[in-house]
Amino acid sequence: MTLKSVKFLVLIFVFFSCHQAQTKQKAKSQRLTVDQNLDTDSKIDTFLKPYRERIEASMNEVLCFSVDEHKKTEGELNTAVGNLMADAVFELCAPVLKKRHDIDLDMVLLNHGGIRAPLPKGPIQMKTAFNIMPFENKVVVAQMKGSILLKLVNYLTKAKRAHPISGMELAITRNGTIKTLRIQGKEIESNRIYFVATNDYLYKGGDRMDFFQKSETVFDIDYKIRNVLIDYFTTKDTLNPKRDQRFVYTN
Amino acid sequence: MKRRTFIKNTAASATLLSMGGVALSCVHQNAKKITILHTNDVHSHIDPFGPNDGRNANKGGVARRATLIQKLRQENPNTLLLDAGDIFQGTPYFNYYGGELEFKLMSMLDYDAATIGNHDFDNGIEGLYAQLPNAKFDFISANYDFKNTIMDTHVEPYKIFNKSGVKIGVFGLGVELEGLVSRDAFKETKYLDPIEIAQDMSRILKTEEQCDLIICLSHLGYEYKYPDKVCDRSLARATKDIDLIIGGHTHTFLDEPTIETNAVGKHVLVNQVGCYGLYLGKVDFYLEPDTKYFSSRALRV
Repeated sequence: MTLKSVKFLVLIFVFFSCHQAQTKQKAKSQRLTVDQNLDTDSKIDTFLKPYRERIEASMNEVLCFSVDEHKKTEGELNTAVGNLMADAVFELCAPVLKKRHDIDLDMVLLNHGGIRAPLPKGPIQMKTAFNIMPFENKVVVAQMKGSILLKLVNYLTKAKRAHPISGMELAITRNGTIKTLRIQGKEIESNRIYFVATNDYLYKGGDRMDFFQKSETVFDIDYKIRNVLIDYFTTKDTLNPKRDQRFVYTN
Repeated sequence: MKRRTFIKNTAASATLLSMGGVALSCVHQNAKKITILHTNDVHSHIDPFGPNDGRNANKGGVARRATLIQKLRQENPNTLLLDAGDIFQGTPYFNYYGGELEFKLMSMLDYDAATIGNHDFDNGIEGLYAQLPNAKFDFISANYDFKNTIMDTHVEPYKIFNKSGVKIGVFGLGVELEGLVSRDAFKETKYLDPIEIAQDMSRILKTEEQCDLIICLSHLGYEYKYPDKVCDRSLARATKDIDLIIGGHTHTFLDEPTIETNAVGKHVLVNQVGCYGLYLGKVDFYLEPDTKYFSSRALRV
């Protein structure tokens, strides 16, 4: 049997002719739904069991305790859980940046949408970190001039969202007029160089944070946000984050 | 996370299946049936989704997929099982075991070949290389040049399978890594133009290797808003002699393959089954001396 000269001509004919003839039968053939009817292959399941149990045990490991539950919806311009995330990034990444590049971190900016689960009350487990941060995004540090940092501030005043920040104080009116603006307790100088930690998603322009692309350079410190959380939880006994005055409305 | 896109409704799928059925009834007694089973973007989803996992609830799971694949292989021993990349990343299984489990399970399921997705570089090219001993199937990619990397000689551009005398050529294509994957991760991997490579591959497989069926295993993506970006559909239109493009990357849920017309006016099937192992794609080809038919269905796992 020679199979060389395969042609679609007949196929096309079948397509058009059958399209007319067979439409009445469309209820007969469906996508096969097999989830309820398919058995679990026991060989595969047995093989998987120890891996699954090891992961479950690790995921259930208690790293610390939280005094209260904190949702990302609790707060207008800053939230306890967001503050915890931004402060954790600051606390754990600043020493890495200092050690590797002899640079002092000025602030952290993350995104409100990046908080994917509440911080629960009681035991904080490994899986809490996976729930809050299921993605693999990592910390990057943007080096930018004060004039670009002002664009970041401008973004925050317009967005009026509780994007987690650390190292900056910002008070705005409901109209978006800036009343207080300090970074590390000082006013922004347009010609000074600042170092802003964020995640690689935002650095690439995620959430329309275009200003990051105007940075002079960027440092990749090879630290995943989730691992920051895990390390932060591991070093603390008790978590009691608060909503505070770092980003607020004022008159 | 990408939102899933449902491209075609179920009624359309039913129509195609009916047509497949008719094609089947028209097929000569001694036609050979080749079954292509495929997954893409499984992203380390080894366990089924739980009952509270929204629209994915109770779907997926590699142990169930194994049962389904065994059944289909019993029905037709002339079956190939292929994966279109992004095997890695998405559950703690990957974070804890670095892809070891994904490759071991695919080997237990007897996958024939896989292409490489951008997320398969998530532990760096060294991380991918380190897991190769766990894979008993081949990796194929024709447009990633690994010459100056640790992966050199471990990836073939294409592979030819012989099923009851039918020669099936399968070649792999990957998406541009720049901008998707950090340079530290993909190192000196060179991305070559997928259309030019596909034209070369289909010529080699058709003319030199005399394949009866030519399949492109692609991680380029189904289609994009930007018309200039190469995708499976534009690839289908710009090439010839490819019978089926099995896609990935865009997590596109197709109820039925899209039929494109290639550079010489012949039909090409483009298929993709979403992500996370929720579905298994199935395309049957019926070959006899002068004709070739197909039927296709997506199986929910």
